[in-house]
Amino acid sequence: MRTIFERGAPEAADGVFPACDVPEQGAAACLGADLVRTSPPRIPNTTETTVVRHYTRLSKLNYGVDDGIYPLGSCTMKYNPKVNEDAAALPGFANVHPGADERYAQGSLELLYELTQLLQGIAGLPAVTLQPVAGAHGELTGMFLFRKYFESRGETKRTRILLPDSAHGTNPASAAQAGFSVTEIPSNARGTVDLGALRAELDDTVAGIMLTVPNTLGIFEENILEVTRAVREAGGLCYFDGANLNSFIGRARPGDMGADVFHFNLHKTLSTPHGGGGPGAGAVAVSERLVPFLPVPRVAKRGDRYQLDWDAPQSIGSVHSFFGNVLVAIKAYAYVQQLGDEGLRAVSENAVLNANYLQERLKRTYALPYDRLCKHEFVLSSEGLAEGVTTLDVAKRLIDYGVHPPTVYFPLIVHEAVMIEPTETESRESLDRFAEILERIAAEAREHPELLHEAPTRAPVRRLDQTAAARTPVFKFPFDAE
Amino acid sequence: MRYIPNADADRQAMLRSIGRTSVDELFSDLPESVAKAYRPVGLPPRSELEVVEELTKLSARNEAAERIPLLGGGIYDHYVPRAVHHLASRSEFSTAYTPYQPEISQGTLTVMFEFQTMVCELTQMEIANASMYDGATALAEAVLMAERIRKRGKVAVAANLFSHYRRVVNTYAWAAGIDLVEIPLASSGRCDFGRLPDGVSALVVQSPNAFGVIETLAGLKNRLGDALLIVATYPLALGILEPPGAFGADVVVGEGQCLGLPMGYGGPLLGLFATRKEHLRQLPGRVAGRTVDVDGRLGYTMTAQTREQHIRREKATSNICTNSAHCALSATMYLASIGASGLHRVALLNLEKAHYLAARVEKNKSGTLVFDGPFYNEFVVRPKGGADAARERLEAAGFLVEPPQAMADLGVPDALRLAVTERRTRSELDRVADVLGGKR
Repeated sequence: MRTIFERGAPEAADGVFPACDVPEQGAAACLGADLVRTSPPRIPNTTETTVVRHYTRLSKLNYGVDDGIYPLGSCTMKYNPKVNEDAAALPGFANVHPGADERYAQGSLELLYELTQLLQGIAGLPAVTLQPVAGAHGELTGMFLFRKYFESRGETKRTRILLPDSAHGTNPASAAQAGFSVTEIPSNARGTVDLGALRAELDDTVAGIMLTVPNTLGIFEENILEVTRAVREAGGLCYFDGANLNSFIGRARPGDMGADVFHFNLHKTLSTPHGGGGPGAGAVAVSERLVPFLPVPRVAKRGDRYQLDWDAPQSIGSVHSFFGNVLVAIKAYAYVQQLGDEGLRAVSENAVLNANYLQERLKRTYALPYDRLCKHEFVLSSEGLAEGVTTLDVAKRLIDYGVHPPTVYFPLIVHEAVMIEPTETESRESLDRFAEILERIAAEAREHPELLHEAPTRAPVRRLDQTAAARTPVFKFPFDAE
Repeated sequence: MRYIPNADADRQAMLRSIGRTSVDELFSDLPESVAKAYRPVGLPPRSELEVVEELTKLSARNEAAERIPLLGGGIYDHYVPRAVHHLASRSEFSTAYTPYQPEISQGTLTVMFEFQTMVCELTQMEIANASMYDGATALAEAVLMAERIRKRGKVAVAANLFSHYRRVVNTYAWAAGIDLVEIPLASSGRCDFGRLPDGVSALVVQSPNAFGVIETLAGLKNRLGDALLIVATYPLALGILEPPGAFGADVVVGEGQCLGLPMGYGGPLLGLFATRKEHLRQLPGRVAGRTVDVDGRLGYTMTAQTREQHIRREKATSNICTNSAHCALSATMYLASIGASGLHRVALLNLEKAHYLAARVEKNKSGTLVFDGPFYNEFVVRPKGGADAARERLEAAGFLVEPPQAMADLGVPDALRLAVTERRTRSELDRVADVLGGKR
């Protein structure tokens, strides 16, 4: 893989920017010589042709949702409608400076306001902030809200957050970053929260619980109401991680399950793309008792005008520069507007049907540690597939068949986990093809395990040496060595 | 239903194959009271055409997009070569996930590696991560990192940070139990580093600062003892300004919007984060590294992941997972498109034009510069006849200027901060000076 640093043409013409149309003084005259850069950054001067060909070539080494099924569990890699992109790129949205007086940004403010209304309706909660820009950022915001809430009540002893052992890694990390300690609650044999173990931990040092609903095994907590009631009765708050909203959107609301905070991943559930790792948007919905603590500014409507409301003396402050990822919010808005209530319900119905259909078929070939009705995803195990064959082998072999592997080795409570989330945007035909490939790989595991161990052989590169990458780190182009 | 390919017949066949008779059965695990309590949001489905029409109308209500911005404060109206938009829009990049499977993510990973290299080159630092959410959260994470390293519970912060950086740092520091001590201003608009507080984990400086003034970083590091020097900077300006790394900065953060991203009413943005090699283990966020595959071919992969939340959970250096990958991709393509020479040119255009405007304003006595420190592409001016009247005239003339509250937050309510980019023409700048001076 050649980098752009190996494609420079030093004499390349520069025609992007015009000549200076004001009298030039020179940098040293403007600033004083000691502030002027002495050695230029090593960024190659190339032609547009070179740049376009370089990045077009690189794009072909990637796999996106537009290439095919992307069954990453907990990631909801659904199809991203093209209209989303065009909506966010409208010049009237893209070219607005965030410092502009509210009078001049009424269109964006109206959209943000309307989106918060829709998200409040979907969550069944009375207020939403669009400021957090990622799922983990929503979690962190939620943990800040917990902290401020107890601070306002003088309950400073409440420093512990309870977490099921199936939680995403961001949950404990977010709790810790907001100054809480973490206590893990074991799952029971059915894959859900062990109520006895939970009750044993509930005391006046507990700030609350973080739950993923349905959990990362794709299982809905049947006792969700008992869990949230127990936490509330002990004086705690309930955080719902919304990573798995795709399984019940349009059919159930976190607010009706006892959530005090619920975060949306607009880049997952509401189809704004993931962008190769971001940007996302992590809108946070809260219950009545947390409203005073929400980040500022909040988007408000007065009469027929929209404005930014800074007046919130108990607020946690701000968690992002301005109003969150506005252009991502626009994509989510475009998506929800197209779907309507009917479409939102169809999303969860089809996501859950697709997952159960695949689970039923694949459990004949792969171990299914928690064999029960799943929601939008399920977790298989490669254990027992064949001697010496690991989940990593299966994942890499999938690449040879031109398919993106599922999430692997997560959740941590399943050995050799293979976590599959097909989403509603895959057809039955696509699911059947994916199942056939996994079945063929299971047969290869027994008959020709070397095919798995050596995989991938048909990708742009073969298995990469992770140990070498960590031991002799090369994080930037070694100009001096070459 | 749009975006859902299965027809009713498919669904019926699929239900039969799993021994169910209705989709409702698949939701039998939802508590009855929860299912009953459900209320639709009251939204009818609409066609793509209707939605496009509505959004186009809404976007037209953003008068700001039609005006000539003199707004800055960390977000600027820069020109982006068209190729950047075309390349970044390729869906192989935009519809991919985080590159957890490196063999089919070499596009994303190679760009991450290029981005990290470019950030190191711009800032003159040793290592950079693959991005943070924005400049403000990058700075907040830098404060947390410094506190992890030095553990003194106290961080010194310059009084002239952009307001939004300060707000975010306040929130993150409050939750982490870190006290912030403020370094006062001097009349130059620079910080008065004459007396530095003892016993701090770090000193946070922004340069150019909230007044557009460039701080004196030379010699500062030596006076800090072992406290870390954290500098928030304006990456595009580094095409012409001596980078913080040259002055011994330990952490450099910045807002990358200026590198090829639209202003977008403030998001998505791009946080840059660079530091020294010795702090690798405390670095927040993802990093791509170069390695080889089993056949010895060069390739890229995410590495040093033992710092990250999916491995370290509550002991991770940060909770960040999703970052601003696609914005970093645009920034990489932007820098590749203009090259070092284009960057130098655009950085210089900003500087020259801003100084031209400042000189015009002083020459026609339409206002006075509030601070005498050297500035980059924005400056604070006290208009003759008052800020409110000047603002009103500038707005009437089609410009977009800082609202009163923003100037009050900066502590100069009777002034205006004017930002100038390469997009402003001489005739626009002449007009600004004339209108400031009283012309309509």
